[in-house]
Amino acid sequence: MQHFLTPEIMTCAFLIVGVVTAFLYGRGLATSRAQLTADSAGAHSLPSYHGYFSAWTVALLAIGVIALWVTFSGALPKFMFPTMMLGAIALGFIIINRLLTPTFRARNHVERFVGDALMICSGVAVLTTFGIVLSLVFESLRFFDQVPILDFLTGLNWSPQTALREDQIGQSGSFGAVPIFAGTFMITAVAIFIAGPIGLLIAVYLSEYANKRTRATVKPLVEILAGIPTIVYGFFALLTVGPAIRNFAEGFGLSVPTQSAIAAGSVMGVMIIPFISSLSDDVINAVPQTLRDGSLALGATKSETMTKVIFPAALPGIIGAFLLAVSRAIGETMIVVMAAGRAANLTGNPFEAVTTVTVQIVSLLTGDQEFDSAKTLAAFALGLVLFVFTLVLNVIALLIVRKYRERYE
Amino acid sequence: MEAAQTNYIGSIGLKPSMGEVIEMMASAPATETTKTKFECRDVEVFYSDKRALHGINMDVPDSGVTALIGPSGCGKSTFLRVFNRMNDTIPNARVAGQILMDGQDIYSKDIDPVLLRARVGMVFQKPNPFPKSIYDNVAYGPRIHGLALRKNDLDNIVEKSLVRAGLWNEVKDRLKEPGTGLSGGQQQRLVIARAIAVSPEVILMDEPASALDPIATAKLEELIDELKEKYCILIVTHSMAQAARVSQKTAFFHLGDLVEYDDTQTIFTNPKDQRTQDYITGRTG
Ligand SMILES: Nc1ncnc2c1ncn2[C@@H]1O[C@H](COP(=O)(O)OP(=O)(O)O)[C@@H](O)[C@H]1O
Ligand SMILES: [Mg+2]
Repeated sequence: MQHFLTPEIMTCAFLIVGVVTAFLYGRGLATSRAQLTADSAGAHSLPSYHGYFSAWTVALLAIGVIALWVTFSGALPKFMFPTMMLGAIALGFIIINRLLTPTFRARNHVERFVGDALMICSGVAVLTTFGIVLSLVFESLRFFDQVPILDFLTGLNWSPQTALREDQIGQSGSFGAVPIFAGTFMITAVAIFIAGPIGLLIAVYLSEYANKRTRATVKPLVEILAGIPTIVYGFFALLTVGPAIRNFAEGFGLSVPTQSAIAAGSVMGVMIIPFISSLSDDVINAVPQTLRDGSLALGATKSETMTKVIFPAALPGIIGAFLLAVSRAIGETMIVVMAAGRAANLTGNPFEAVTTVTVQIVSLLTGDQEFDSAKTLAAFALGLVLFVFTLVLNVIALLIVRKYRERYE
Repeated sequence: MEAAQTNYIGSIGLKPSMGEVIEMMASAPATETTKTKFECRDVEVFYSDKRALHGINMDVPDSGVTALIGPSGCGKSTFLRVFNRMNDTIPNARVAGQILMDGQDIYSKDIDPVLLRARVGMVFQKPNPFPKSIYDNVAYGPRIHGLALRKNDLDNIVEKSLVRAGLWNEVKDRLKEPGTGLSGGQQQRLVIARAIAVSPEVILMDEPASALDPIATAKLEELIDELKEKYCILIVTHSMAQAARVSQKTAFFHLGDLVEYDDTQTIFTNPKDQRTQDYITGRTG
C-alpha cells in the first residue's frame, strides 16, 4: 500500500477535502452567525454563497501552491508539497473565519469569481491558438533561413527526399512548393465541383420544397456524411472509387492510375456536401417569408421565386458556406493521403496522381527524422501556408455571413 | 376594355403590343355603374381541421374600395387570401365553396393560380420590397410575365407604375438604389407600384398601413383614393377610422362569420347587428 500514498496523491486528497470542507464550513458559519444577529434578514448573501466563496478561496490558494511547486519543485524536498498544501488550506480557513460576517457580500464575490473562471477558460483556448501560431511562424522562419522564401513559394520542383542522407549530393533538396499548391487546389476544385451543385440543390429542396417532416429527417441524414470518419472515406476512395474510375477509363482505352486527383476530390466532395447544404439551407431559410409571399403574389412560380428573389437574397450567405467548405477541403488529410498519391506532379489533368499540402506534411514528418533538417522544417512552412490560407478564407466567410445576417435583423 | 385585359392574362401566350398594354393601364375600368367583381358563395377555409371561415356569402363590387374589419383572428386575412389563391401556398390550408370573378370560378381546374395572381395583386402588412434596386423591384413582375419586349417598354412600365403609386418624384433620380433603403411609407408605395406594374384588375391590401407612421398613412390613404378609380380594391384594416375614410363598402367579420356587410356609411352610422355596433363603438375588439 505504501506506494499509493505518494506526496502527490496526498496533496490531491488534501485539496479535495479542503475545498469541500471549506464550502460546508463557510455555509455553516454564515448560517450560525446570521442567527446570532437579532435581525437575520440583514444578512447580505445566502449561506450557500458564503459556502461557495469559502470553497473558491481555498481552491485559489491551493492552485497557488501547485503553481509554486511546479516552479520550484527541484529545490525542495518532496514532503514539502503536502505540507505547503495543508498550510495553504489552513490559511484559507483563517481568512474565511475573518471575513464571513452577515454583512459580507459573498454573493458579489462569487459573481466575480465566476466571471474570472470563465475568462480564464476562454483565455486558455486563445493562448493555445497563439502558441501554435507562434511555433509555426518560428519554425517556418528557421526553414526560410535554409531555403529562401521565394524559392519555396515559386519553385516548380518539389523533391525533399533528396535531403535524406547527409553525405548525399544535393542534400539541400528541392523545395519548390508550387506543385503541392496546385495539387491542393485541383483536388479542392474537384471536391467543390461535386459538392457545390449537389449541396446547393439539397438546400433548395430542403428549404423550399420539402415539407416539415421530410426536412426534419433528411437534413440530419445528410449531415451524417460529415460525421463519417475520414479514414473510411479514404479507403472508400482508394478501394472503390479509384479502381472504378480506372476501369471506366480503360473502357475508353485510357490509362488512369488508381490514385488520382479525381478519385480523392470526388470522395472529398461527398464528404463536404453537408457543409454546403446545411449552411445554405440555414441562410435560405433566414430569407423572410414575406419576400416569398411578395413574389408569389405577383404571379411568379415557386422556382422563379427561388431563382430570382430567394437565391440572390441568400447569395452572400451561400458564398460564405462555400468558402467554409473550401477551407475544410484544403485542410482535409486522410482522404488525400490514401487516394491522391504522393508524387508532386505539376499537372492540370485531374486524372493524374497529385499531392497536397497535407499529404506532404504527413510524409515529411513520418518516419525517423532529424528535427533540424530542412526537410522537417519544410512541414512547418507548409503548415503555416495552410493555416494562413484557411484563416483568411474563414474570416472572409464569417464577414460575409455576418453582413448578410445584419441585413434582415 | 376590361374583357380584353382578362383574355390577355388568361391566354398569356398572345402577347399584346406594348402600346396596347400601356393603353390598358391608362384606360383601365373607369367608374361605370356598379358591377360585381367577385361573388362569394359559401366560402369556407380550413387550416387542417380547424374551420377559420364559416360559409361566407358576399358580393364585391367592381369599383371602389371594400373594407374588411373585425377583431384580430376573425379571418380577415384568410378571406383576403381567398381572392388571389394565396391560401394555396399555405400547407394545410383548404378552401371550399365558390368564388366567381367576373362570373368565372377562380378555383376551377382551368384557372392557373399563378396567372390569377397577376390579375389580383396583393400588398402586405409589412412592406416587403425585394433586396434589389427600386427599378428591378417594379420591373420584376413585367419581366416574369414577359410584358415588355424592349428595354424602352420596360422603362415606360416602371415609370408609369411609380407615377401611379405616387413615388416617381421621390425616386426618379435613384432608381438604381436598393428598394430596401427607402422609408417604410415609400417601401409600401414601392410594392404598390410593383403590383400595379403587371396591370392587375384587383388590388388586395392586408393592413397596409399598420407599420406606417401617421403621415405615411395619410399619404397611403390618399393613394388608395386615387387608385380606386382604376382598380377594384379590397382592404383589411384594424383602424375603423381608416375604413370610414377610404372605403365605400364595409364588411364586418367576427369569429369566422361575416356579420354585416353594407355601405360604409350605413355600417358606421346605423349598424343592424349588435356585434357590429359593439365593435365600432369600441366595446369589443
Ligand atoms: N397558416 C395558418 N395555419 C393555421 N391557422 C391559421 C393560419 N393562418 C391563420 N390561422 C387561423 O385562422 C384564424 C383567422 O386568422 P386570420 O385570417 O389571420 O385573422 P385576421 O387577419 O382577421 O387577424 C385565426 O384563428 C388563426 O389562428
Ligand atoms: Mg390579419
